[in-house]
Parts: sequence; structure tokens; C-alpha cells
Amino acid sequence: MRVLVAMSGGVDSSVAAALLRDEGHDVAGATLRLWGGSSDSGCCSVADVDDARRVAQQLGIDHYVFNFSDEFETHVVGPYIEAHQAGRTPNPCVECNRHVKFDLFAARARRLGYDAIATGHHVRRVPLPEGGFALGRSADAAKDQSYVVHMIDASVLAACLFPVGDKPKSEVREIARRLGLRTADKPESMDVCFIAKTGGGRRTFLGDRIALRSARIVDTAGRVVGETDAIELVTVGQRRGLGQLGVAEPRYVLDVDVSSSTVTIGTPEESLVDSIELDTVVESIRVAQWPAGLLRAQTSAHGTAFRVTYSSIDEGRARLTFAEPRRRVAPGQTVVLYVDDMVVAGGIAV
Amino acid sequence: MRPEALDAMTRVLANDFGNPSGVHLRARDARALLEDARDRFAAVVGASPHEVVFTGCGTESINLAMRSVSVSSVAASAIEHDAVRETAAAMGRAGVRLTELRVDSDGVLEISALLVSGADLVAVMAVNNEVGTLQPVLDVANHCKASGSLLLVDAVQALSWIDVRPIVGVADFVAFSAHKFGGPKGVGALIVRGGRRIEPLLYGGGQEQERRSGTQNVAGIVAMATAAEITDRNRKADSARIGRLRDRLVDGLVGRIDGCTETVPRNVKVAGSAHVCIEGISSEELLVLLDREGVYASAGSACASGALHVSPVLLAMGVSKERALGSLRLSLGVTSTDTDVEHALAAVPGVVARLRGG
Repeated sequence: MRVLVAMSGGVDSSVAAALLRDEGHDVAGATLRLWGGSSDSGCCSVADVDDARRVAQQLGIDHYVFNFSDEFETHVVGPYIEAHQAGRTPNPCVECNRHVKFDLFAARARRLGYDAIATGHHVRRVPLPEGGFALGRSADAAKDQSYVVHMIDASVLAACLFPVGDKPKSEVREIARRLGLRTADKPESMDVCFIAKTGGGRRTFLGDRIALRSARIVDTAGRVVGETDAIELVTVGQRRGLGQLGVAEPRYVLDVDVSSSTVTIGTPEESLVDSIELDTVVESIRVAQWPAGLLRAQTSAHGTAFRVTYSSIDEGRARLTFAEPRRRVAPGQTVVLYVDDMVVAGGIAV
Repeated sequence: MRPEALDAMTRVLANDFGNPSGVHLRARDARALLEDARDRFAAVVGASPHEVVFTGCGTESINLAMRSVSVSSVAASAIEHDAVRETAAAMGRAGVRLTELRVDSDGVLEISALLVSGADLVAVMAVNNEVGTLQPVLDVANHCKASGSLLLVDAVQALSWIDVRPIVGVADFVAFSAHKFGGPKGVGALIVRGGRRIEPLLYGGGQEQERRSGTQNVAGIVAMATAAEITDRNRKADSARIGRLRDRLVDGLVGRIDGCTETVPRNVKVAGSAHVCIEGISSEELLVLLDREGVYASAGSACASGALHVSPVLLAMGVSKERALGSLRLSLGVTSTDTDVEHALAAVPGVVARLRGG
């Protein structure tokens, strides 16, 4: 098969390319240039492109650089800023996978005559009895990335390989070391790739692009208990970083309302809800076919999944009801639904 | 590389290992080779040997010229190479006033833009690296003389195609790079006219009359001078032959591909430049497929990571972003043949059709 591997310059995609080559596929690598801004720390810095290129040279495969920076700005960075401006808490990595890696990149690979794309994500393809594939969790539970790539369309998944998804990370690094790849011991990228780690992080990034607005902090009785200088940086569920609130017990952010410049906080008990609504719902596998009790939801990249029931509201919208009350999921956050280790749906908390 | 230049270079590397700054026989031999090369290169570009400063590349030559003078304002055309644009930008950050000079839709500098700039230093390229347009350097020089501005000419792309002596005759600084005319990479030269004292970028042993310290790359410099001489001698014949190949190539592409247009007219550009814009495709994808067919082309300009950007040169000419995204640059030179043109004409239309079909 002709396979185009998305090579970030990290160890996982390096090894993904190596494994496919060793299986006898006709492999080439491509690194996506996504962010032309000042951050040189993320998954698309010049040094990372150099690493990917050098690994490709060591493996004896072709390597290309694709500039998707305009599309990245349109589909990821712009919406990220808008979400914060609207008081939501976005998952830019999810949007990058949705719009760039498993859409634009896959389409380009098809036009260039490749039979499949591959990435270094720690996820698996699970064959379905009726044909086709579902997305499954990684063999290495701690490194599982199914949450951030849950939205892959079935047609893309059919032509998408995840060579390291069935291997623990330690084995991936071992393979890289054995092959003498320069990425073998490279640390993982953890943060939002377009925000520089130094120089003020998210506050500086957003502050350079939008006017950060102050807001009053009130309790559930409407009493003003404090103030924040940037409502755009406040997240539902947040417990720290709101300054002195004059109360001893923990307080959680219950709601962020930018229209009235109000952040509402409450006690742990007040932060609990019975259900949440999702939009942008993608049902990879029809959820209704599963017996009640099997469905679990995960609300952050490495969070623990918990039992829920699912009811479709209409096209693209659904309600998740919790088995027991839980803290509200921050609007804008991705929620992924699983049956066992298999992704069945995902959406964005309203 | 020109075979003669390669031969000269390897002979020096093998036999003449002396440091030209030394005092013993081997050093004196190396110094003689260096100064002989300086004389020969000076003759080709129409400068005096004292005016030739050998550097590590064209970019260094440009940096040396721009940063060696004390100026409060710089004007540069909108289609200059990054070596000029980024140096100017750095000077701008240090408080120097910058003016970007407009070009017309053919990619030729508008002299009227210069008249109002009033800059201390004017930087204009002789030949554009992307679309191959010749710039009105002599007119610019007249203006600079009248207004008392210093003139830097980036002639990196020029030596293969035009006699640069008239330009060197009127400019204050002229930058060259060996690998653009059949010499090796890693060697360049800056012509500093009239014995002007300049502040070096590199301090040290005081080589190049204290204008560029560091042991000279004797083998590379000898090869550069050799390549320059041959280029100068054969320029007229080479240019005519390459121009005919280019015409066949561009006529063939425009004729065989719907929505393929020549970016600038041939009467304003050099013979080795073939530049077209192709509707409905992305250059980035085109280059990948052409690479597989053994056609090594470029488009736009690549950044440090190797990613392509929409060409600022095309945008400055008023080409729409959509059209610029489908640009294709095929460069021809002394080694280009009829077979190469046939090969490209056989490959490009099919690849474009595939991309449009996908």
C-alpha cells in the first residue's frame, strides 16, 4: 500500500513510519506546518520539522512539508479565540484533528495517490462485524488518544492506520532507540501547540488578540464576592486562581456569562448537575443500539469515563444524563462516549 | 557546478592547503591563488580588485552592505529577497525608517515610488529570483545619485543573464553568490565601491582589508572566479539557447493546460525563468507529484521549516491569492536540454489533470 504518514517530529509518528516501512508498504512522510506564529515550542516548530525530516532520511523515505497554516488559523486558532471570548473552554487539538489532520490532510493524501494515511496517535482500529471499523482505545491506557481523534469519519478511518496504537509507549521508544532515531527520547508535547510556554502563556496569547474584560464574581445568591480581570480566562469547574473570595470552603465556577460580565461560583454541592447537553454530535456508531448501562462518557483527554445514558435531541444534538450527579462540564469541552474501549460518539458540551 | 569550476576547486583543495594569511611558501601560494581569483572576479563584474570582499554567501554580502553603514532610513522594493527584507525589518526594529517600494503587475519596480522615499539607503535587486524580472537599476542609480542615497544592488540572480558591469559602475554595493552561476555553495562577494570604509559584521584577523575577518575559502573563491569568467564569456550564446528552451517550455505548458497563464511577459525577464500560474490546483500538491515524475520545480518561497508560503512577490504584483496558490516556477540554466523540456512537458499536464480530477 502507498501510505502517507503524518510525521510531527515526535517519537510516535517516527516509529509509525518505521513500522509501516518494515511491513513493506510504500511509505512517505509529511509534516504539517500549522502555526506560523511566535510559538516555537509546539508540534509544528522548525526544530520539529527538522526532526521529522531527519527521521525520514534515516528511514530512507520521502518527506514533504505541507503548509496548512491558513486553514489552521481558520479552523483552530480563530475558533479558539472566539470560544474564549464567548466564555467557553475549547479543545483546539480536537478541532485540529477534525478539520486539518483527518480532513484536509486525508484529502490531500488521496489526491496525491496514497491509499491510506497513518498517524502516530495511540488509538486502534477495531473491525466491526458488519464491516468497517470503529475507533478503539490504545493498548497503553495511560497514553490513549481516542478522546482527541474521536470524530474521525468512518470513510477516513477505513483508510487510516495507527501503527503504534497497539503498543505501549515504552515499546515505541524502544523501537526508536533500536533504529537509532533522533526522536527516541524526545519529550511529549503536552500543551496547546500555538501558545508559547514562556512569556505568559494563554493570558498573553489571548490578551494580544482580544481585549480581556474584567467581570464580577458572585455566589449563587447573587452576592458579589470578588472580581476577575479577564473573564475570557475563566473556565466552568475551575477552583483556583480567582483570588481572595473571603470564604474558607472550596468554591467552583458554576457559570461564565460574558454578556453580563458575571462569573458565578458555588459550593461543591452546588456545582453538581444531573445532565448536560451536547452539540456538534458525531455518532460514529449508532448509539441507540447499545443496551443501557454500557455507555460511558469521558470529558477530558485523560479523564476517567463514567456511566451515562444518551438521548438524541435532534440532528447533531443530544442529552447525556449521569448515573449520579456530577460537576458540570465546561461549555466548549469535548465529551466522548465509549462502549468498552470503543468510541461510539462524541460532541461538545453546551 | 561548472565542470571547470569544480575542477579548479578540487585542485586547490587537494594541493593548496596553505592559509593565505600566513608567511611561508604554502601560504604565499594560497594567497596568490586568492588574489588571482580576486583580479579575475573583479574583471568580470567591472570592479577594482580592492573593491571585492569575499564572503560566505549572498545573504552575508547583503547583510554586510546594509549593516555596515549608518543610515536612518531604508527603501527596498516589495519583491526583494528575504535577505534584504529581513535585514531591513531588523533595522526597522532598531528605529530605522523603512519604505517599501511598489512594483507594477509585471513585477518591475515603479521609479515613481522611489522619488518620494527620500531614503539614505536604497536596496534594489537586479533580477528577481522568483519571476525573473529585470529591474530598472540604472534609473534607480540616477535617482540615488541625485538624492545622495546609497545604492545596494542585489545581483545574486543577475550574473548568468546580464553584463553586470554597468550596474557595478553606478552602485555603492553589489552582492553576488557563487552558486547562482555555476560556482559552489558557501561563497559570495560584496563589491564595495570607491574604497568606502565599512564596519565589518565579523571581527577577527582582519582579512579582506579588515572588512570581513575569517580565513578565506580559497578553493571556493577560485571556483567562483572560474565560474564567473566562463559565464561571462558564454553569456550571450547561453542566454539565447536557454531562452529558446524556455519559450518552448512555457508555450507548451500554456498550450496544453487549460487555465495556465504566463505570470510576466518575456520581454521584461531573463531567459532562464519560466513562471506560470495554474488555476484550480495547489502548488504544494503539484510539486509533490512532479517530484515523483523527476521534475524538480518550486513555487512561492519556502520558510525555514520547508513549508511553502504564498509568494509575497506575486502578491506585491497584485496577483490574487487564489492564482498565486497555483504558481509553478521552472528554472533553466546552462545544463538544461531539449530532453529536459520534453520531460517537463510530458509530466506537468498529466499531473495537473490528476490533481484536478482528484
